[in-house]
Amino acid sequence: MVSENKVNISSNSSSPLGRLGGAWWKIIAVIFVLYTIVAGFLIPVPAQPILHETIRNLYFHVPMWFSMMTILFVSLWHSIKYLGKSSIDSDISAAQAANVGMLVGALGLATGSVWAKYTWGAWWVADTKLNGAAITMLIYLAYFVLRGSIDEEQKRARISAVYNIFAYVLLIVFLMILPRMSDSLHPGNGGNPGFNNYDLDKNMRMVFYPAVIGWILLTVWIFTLRVRIEKLKRKKLFND
Amino acid sequence: MTSTLNKIMLSVALLFVSATASAQETNAPIEMATGLYQSGKIYVVVIVMSLIFVGIAGYLIMLDRKISKLEKESK
Repeated sequence: MVSENKVNISSNSSSPLGRLGGAWWKIIAVIFVLYTIVAGFLIPVPAQPILHETIRNLYFHVPMWFSMMTILFVSLWHSIKYLGKSSIDSDISAAQAANVGMLVGALGLATGSVWAKYTWGAWWVADTKLNGAAITMLIYLAYFVLRGSIDEEQKRARISAVYNIFAYVLLIVFLMILPRMSDSLHPGNGGNPGFNNYDLDKNMRMVFYPAVIGWILLTVWIFTLRVRIEKLKRKKLFND
Repeated sequence: MTSTLNKIMLSVALLFVSATASAQETNAPIEMATGLYQSGKIYVVVIVMSLIFVGIAGYLIMLDRKISKLEKESK
């Protein structure tokens, strides 16, 4: 239902933003991310030992994970919808959302690794949060291996939808629950509920929240592009 | 007698030294990129990053329009 609406909106070229795919939120996404690039570098940050200026990475590294969790939730949502209605459109959406989730997840891992090198002193630390993130990525990579191994369309959609539900449950366990149950170098863990030990002051919040919203919207935008391409490809396959 | 006095004096002196040393440690300014901000060259970084992002956003808009056109054609 949701994805159908999106296509309808996007093909409605009579609206002023029609040629853009007809969505104001795409402009919000660009403005917010652009704002975080400018403000993220220029607005003063609290001076913290070890972190120094790298505290600004918060504006760029953390939104990657917020985006990943959001877009993978979209993927889960479409998988559940598929199991209800068996519409292949839901399967396309679920797979494409997981795909974009892997993109932002990989960027999150890479940026986190660089940040770790210059603050903790190593590219990778055997830490519950870091290993949990890596395991989550592998679980989702297995989702694509599973899809690739089944030729029949409905069967592939059904089995991968069930797997996707398991995958999201494991994501919550590995990213949200286990890191909070053990000590971790990573902020927001070891019983600490959030970013408070970053001294996330008022200035930083003014950049951080738009950064999260902007990157989530940008991720969703890329996701809708991928879905539209896949649907076109499928349509062409049937017409030929 | 003098040796104990000396020892006490020495330990007091060392205590003082360690106290000032630790005080220095806590008061030492945390190094930030103040030079980069003072010289104004941080703006160069901001402009470069903004350009890259505007480029990527423009590319996404182009893709979006292209797909919209294809969708219209295949209707």
